[in-house]
Amino acid sequence: MRSNSKKVQWQQVSTGFLSSLMAIIAGLVFGLIILVIVNPNQAIPGFLRILTGGFGNSWQGFGKVINYAVPIIMTGLSVGFAFRTGLFNIGASGQFMVGAYTAIYIGYSVKGLPAPWHWLLAFICASLAGAIWGAVPGLLKAYRNVNEVISSIMMNYIGLYLVNFLIPMTVYDKIKNQTKSVLKTARTPTLGLNKLLPKSNLDIAIFVVLLAVIVLYIITKKTTFGFELRACGLNREAARYAGINEKKSITYSMLIAGIFSGMGGALLYLSHTGTYMQVKDELLMQGFNGIPVALLGLSHPIGIFFSGLFISHITIGGNYMQAYDFPVEIIDMIIAAIIYFGAFALLFRQFFTRRLTRRASLALADEPSPATQGGGVDESKTVHVDKEDHV
Amino acid sequence: MENVIEMLGITKRFGSFTAIDQVDFALRKGEIHALLGENGAGKSTLMSVLFGLYTPEEGEIRIQGKTARIRNPNDANAIGIGMVHQHFKLVHNFTVLESIVLGQETTRFKILQMKEAREKIVKLSEQYGLAVDPDAYISDITVGQQQRVEILKMLYRDNEMLIFDEPTAVLTPQEIDELMEIMRRLAAEGKSIIFITHKLKEIKAVSDRCSVLRKGKMIGTVETKDTEPETMSEMMVGRKVDMDIELKPMPQGETILKVSNFSVTREHQHKPAVSNVNFEVHAGEILCIAGIDGNGQSELVYGLTGLMPTMPGSKVELKGKDISKSPIRERCLSGMSHIPEDRHRYGLVLDYNLEQNLVLQTYFQAPFQKHGFIQFPEIRQYAERLIENYDIRSSAGATSSARGMSGGNQQKAIIARELDRGSDLVIAVQPVRGLDVGAIEYIHRRIVEQRDAGKAILLVSFELDEVMNLSDRILVMYEGEFVAELDPKQVDVRELGLYMAGQKRKPLA
Repeated sequence: MRSNSKKVQWQQVSTGFLSSLMAIIAGLVFGLIILVIVNPNQAIPGFLRILTGGFGNSWQGFGKVINYAVPIIMTGLSVGFAFRTGLFNIGASGQFMVGAYTAIYIGYSVKGLPAPWHWLLAFICASLAGAIWGAVPGLLKAYRNVNEVISSIMMNYIGLYLVNFLIPMTVYDKIKNQTKSVLKTARTPTLGLNKLLPKSNLDIAIFVVLLAVIVLYIITKKTTFGFELRACGLNREAARYAGINEKKSITYSMLIAGIFSGMGGALLYLSHTGTYMQVKDELLMQGFNGIPVALLGLSHPIGIFFSGLFISHITIGGNYMQAYDFPVEIIDMIIAAIIYFGAFALLFRQFFTRRLTRRASLALADEPSPATQGGGVDESKTVHVDKEDHV
Repeated sequence: MENVIEMLGITKRFGSFTAIDQVDFALRKGEIHALLGENGAGKSTLMSVLFGLYTPEEGEIRIQGKTARIRNPNDANAIGIGMVHQHFKLVHNFTVLESIVLGQETTRFKILQMKEAREKIVKLSEQYGLAVDPDAYISDITVGQQQRVEILKMLYRDNEMLIFDEPTAVLTPQEIDELMEIMRRLAAEGKSIIFITHKLKEIKAVSDRCSVLRKGKMIGTVETKDTEPETMSEMMVGRKVDMDIELKPMPQGETILKVSNFSVTREHQHKPAVSNVNFEVHAGEILCIAGIDGNGQSELVYGLTGLMPTMPGSKVELKGKDISKSPIRERCLSGMSHIPEDRHRYGLVLDYNLEQNLVLQTYFQAPFQKHGFIQFPEIRQYAERLIENYDIRSSAGATSSARGMSGGNQQKAIIARELDRGSDLVIAVQPVRGLDVGAIEYIHRRIVEQRDAGKAILLVSFELDEVMNLSDRILVMYEGEFVAELDPKQVDVRELGLYMAGQKRKPLA
């Protein structure tokens, strides 16, 4: 039985991967069709350029892919984690922005701290800012039953305008209409990666992301804390019945989600890519891009990591599309198509798992054993009826 | 006698699962034909095929000797088949009259003509003894009267063949008697009735013939008056079932649960759902709270277990410890087990697997937890022991998804979890609701085992048989109050029914 259950778990992982892969292929085919309609002559080379993504441009392209992926994986983890606990964190943008601002502010105005500590301080404070921005909708949901979607959208705008209000007062470079550069001591440690991989602009960020993936995986899958959070997400009433403090769990879920978004903001603006915040009445895209990343990664930390890399890869490829007489926006269409197919991916997945469990239970039913001959066979059949009812 | 309905070789599959397999069924004119079977035996599927809700893969339906194609309930209605569903399909803010004509309104120039309808309904209700006020609102009449409205709906549509789907589940004993009388009258007037139930007593009381389904196959049709209930029950389950459970006398033990001045209010309602009740449960006894659903039993239990707040002044003591204000977890750890009424809402996290559900309240305790990490091997070991001890069947053992398990096995999992914790108090609400005879027998025995081991059991039940067979003491709840304390050995079902319906009261000591 034990080996059997391992097998079932492995099958779940592989069907999840397979369904996402099918969504990606379907989305890319859709993209190719659009390219052919827009400009038949350039369609194939353009399509190949998208697939090449960041490769073919020495380490520079590779670095671009990673650096673009870092913030969207972090917001993807934020959204995906909340999903896993039954909450929709659409507030990743706001959390990301307050995190980013906090990191820049500390990186610019705290003076005299030595190199890694200054960075670390900015990074941690950014996480805390994100945590606060996530916790507010969490508290409202837990204690006042306010829908977290509405309150986190509101928090997005509060965050946006607050940051727009604070930047000119504190860290504004009037000439360039953007934030001032953070001090060198606050820059993300490079670990010599930019020397090892010239022009890649790589730093410690990707390792921080990996660590976040691992930590999140362990929290959700291995700890009692994660057990509680997931139970609340799947059935709040049953969690309450089991004595789990569901109000606390909801608050913590959103708070942790906020931390990851806030970290994403810090990692982007403390990096060596030369990115600055501007005062615009627009929410940053990185926050919303976390949603497709989480969807394509089926809200699984490891899935999110790879889906973030993939989306980054084709986005970088898409940036070269103008060279082939295509608008750059074509890549957004393809990503959107992949997400739509990703919704189908959930269906694909259900389809695969149902077929697999059916085969497994039929195999079980075929084994004649005197003890289960009556009940056992019947039971395995009842499984399907129940499944059908719930689909 | 002529057959009004003949179903020949009906097979209905859902995917690879055959719900009914080559079933033959015939209904004679003017008879009451009981359809007996356990849950999942295919009764409802067979009737849904007849009523046009499912299309069978194989087989033929003949109505009055002619082959009929019934594609939807309208077709069924058109050829004279009507159905009273288990859960009534009525609009609450309509009057009785409006509910009955809904969908079959007589109009003149698009304006409703209710006069003819009213006359027809009054005539029908007199003819069949279906007393109900045509101008009353559905929300104001009792469940028994709502059922009469459903019956009138069928008669108003001139249906000749009537299907009753578990009609007695929601009724008091008195209302059941009245329904039986109505059914007899309908049959005497030439209507043909299919009566779906799993209560043998009712079959014996009212039906002419009885067909038994088991696992999708027709086991046989018998003349009711020539057949012993035991035989029918054996046909239904496939083996002998012993439903009589003997409660061996126990000396009264110490007080485990003491409840005083206990009140619970529903949200947005002035009248409390439970008002000022006092009672005790002792070690080694099963105290049964009897009553019709909706008289405050659920709120009483939610208040006791901490799922719902209680009114100030309410006091709950568990083994002498005041837990009135304690959070749910503390009540749980102080020795309270709760088998909830709604196993999908409270009892299980359906998307967790079986083993996770089996440690739903204990996952944080040793040996399942160490330094904040879940110890999976220990949980697996524990789950496998419970699965073995409580005979929980599923497709993949401990890792089966709870959602995919059958209702009976889901309930067994909850029972296993709640009883195995070794709590001194077990609160069980409708522990066998919707389960088949085999599972009922099993769960009842387990509960009695706990009682014999000196645990205190608080059983809430709407089923009279369960109340009578499985209790040492009965408290009858009516409109949020206890109206009688009874000894099951000295009271009969009829009298119990009067208390449940609020027609009789006995001041409590």
